[in-house]
Amino acid sequence: MTATLFAEQTLNGLQFGVMLFLMAAGLTLIFGIMDVINLAHGSLYMAGAFVGGTVTARTGSFLLGVVAGAAAGALIALLLELTVIRRLYRRDHLDQVLATYALILTFNEGVKVIWGPAPIFLAAPEMLSGTVEILPGVPYPAYRLAVICAGVAAALFLGWLIGRTRTGMLIRAGTTHRETVQALGVDVGVLFALVFAIGGALAGLAGVMAGPVLAVQVGMGEQILILAFVVIVVGGLGSVKGAMAGALLVGLADTWARAFLPVLLRGLLPPSSADQVAANLGSVAVYLLMAVVLAVRPQGLFPRHA
Amino acid sequence: MTIARRRLLGTAAALPVAGLAAPAIAQSGPLKIGMITTLSGPGAALGNDIRDGFNLVVKNAGGRLGGVPVEVVVADDALRPENGRAIAERMVRRERIGVLTGIVFSNVMLAAAPVILPSATYVSANAGPSQLAGEQCNANYFNVAWQNDNLHEAVGQYVTQKGLQKAFLVAPNYPAGRDALTGFKRFFKGEVVSETYTRLDQLDYAAELAAIRSAAPDAVYIFLPGGLGINFIKQYAAAGLRARTPLFGPGFSFDQDVLPAVGDDALGCFNSSQWALDLPLPANRQFVDTFEAEYRRLPSLYASQGYDAALLIGSAIAATRGRVGDRAAFAAALKRADFQSVRGSFKFGNNNHPIQTIYMREVVKDGQGRVVNRTIATAFEAHQDAYAAQCKLPA
Repeated sequence: MTATLFAEQTLNGLQFGVMLFLMAAGLTLIFGIMDVINLAHGSLYMAGAFVGGTVTARTGSFLLGVVAGAAAGALIALLLELTVIRRLYRRDHLDQVLATYALILTFNEGVKVIWGPAPIFLAAPEMLSGTVEILPGVPYPAYRLAVICAGVAAALFLGWLIGRTRTGMLIRAGTTHRETVQALGVDVGVLFALVFAIGGALAGLAGVMAGPVLAVQVGMGEQILILAFVVIVVGGLGSVKGAMAGALLVGLADTWARAFLPVLLRGLLPPSSADQVAANLGSVAVYLLMAVVLAVRPQGLFPRHA
Repeated sequence: MTIARRRLLGTAAALPVAGLAAPAIAQSGPLKIGMITTLSGPGAALGNDIRDGFNLVVKNAGGRLGGVPVEVVVADDALRPENGRAIAERMVRRERIGVLTGIVFSNVMLAAAPVILPSATYVSANAGPSQLAGEQCNANYFNVAWQNDNLHEAVGQYVTQKGLQKAFLVAPNYPAGRDALTGFKRFFKGEVVSETYTRLDQLDYAAELAAIRSAAPDAVYIFLPGGLGINFIKQYAAAGLRARTPLFGPGFSFDQDVLPAVGDDALGCFNSSQWALDLPLPANRQFVDTFEAEYRRLPSLYASQGYDAALLIGSAIAATRGRVGDRAAFAAALKRADFQSVRGSFKFGNNNHPIQTIYMREVVKDGQGRVVNRTIATAFEAHQDAYAAQCKLPA
């Protein structure tokens, strides 16, 4: 185990964390602020990837694809809020889970009707398809560095929006003191629709940004949704800062476990069983992390209502 | 094989009385063929291709197989063994369908087989679990595709032939993943530097890719079905590893269901298959041309398997003049494999699994700029699976 390999794996973990953050940020806003469990968040992610991929293929511009993917996420989220989610605010979580699970099935079938059952193509733009030598002898994919930049930019934007603007202030107030905000003449319905659209735009952005790294296929949203829920539980519900911390921790835990457990265990066990044990331990590393955080801080690392 | 054929012919010849006595299929409508396959969820593209390949044969023959009008009854198992079993019960017991095909995944196959095989004949167009090739082989179960290990064995053989010494292996941590690497190692004579098992829902392979770069093997072998493979191949290329270490896999990760989604990142990768787009055989040319004309896309190996399953079933329907209810005669006709397979020479071993050639293919761009496979070598000729000896069926 060399220092460069350790540094490279750490960067891998951070990059994976940033990708998870893009997905988790929207989810934590909706789950934490509006108290809605939206399982269909993964469908917005999938929609972003499919629309982004199609627009990129038609126009030849990845940037347009990114914009279209985020826009599609926002638009579909807005439609969902107006037609379905709005009716679920005052109902319990089980109803929300049922309704949004039905949405997942509907979206998956819908995508199959439009795009067919086979995965579609989405590649990084030419200028980001190479590698950059970040350390001597360690080429790193340029596109992954771009994902880190996009994730950090999204985090800064959200931090500014929620923490520094009047809209953000109203969003925060709308959660904790809903009646007071309404009494002050603010339309909470519009406010919540806005939050939902922002969450959708982030999910769409995450989907299209993930496209060049991951398969763009029906069902892609559910895979990442589970990890995104782990992230927001670790980070603390509703907190953008918590989502960032949770995402980076989950990304690092996952990557470090996969990278270093086999090496460590090979010193203790014969190679074939070391590989097997490492695989089994590595696959639960993320959930172990969540269990430890919940045991020590049941509200997550950065609880909103602390 | 000649002896086997004669014996089977003998059995078949002794049976016409029984055949007539058995309730002939009520000829009130077309002969029904049951297709249980995966048409929703992540495996949908596979079942879609098997169905389309099968239906193409029926359509090209004007709605007939072996000269008999047929109706293909299609049902989606959604990759759930319990669904596959329930559909099988409905088709075999209620609709009294005598011939079934189409199951994609081995776990569904193993759940449905005990329901199907006591009273109907099954022709597998994909799933080839070792159980049904070995001790649990069955006179009424035929596999026209491959036994699960075959394509992995072929790459192990080819990598050894090429003199590549150090191999790095990656597969998901589940039974089929471990079986795949066992198949590879059965014929690979070099050193396995790492056997890495990943999560079945893994998205990011950066950690494994860094480990591969640091281990500097001569070959990387992956068995990562569907989206897992797409993730890995894209990330392998982006990490700049494609130019350093050749990437090998079974045909499943490098065929027309995934290549359009991976694009240039797959170029230069090597994979094994019992079939290839460019095999210069008249039967294959006809298959590829009519498939493309009908569905406006290139066929995958799954489509070729569905197509061959229909041809095989058609040959047995013709030989028995549609009396699929006479199961011994129908099975004997199937075992003769009297059809023009799109992959060339094909015959069944004692366990009703193929004895066939397995090719190596390289991913290239064709004249129209499409990413496709080109056949570059033959890994095995007349290759039989490792479980045939455990099967008690006569040769």
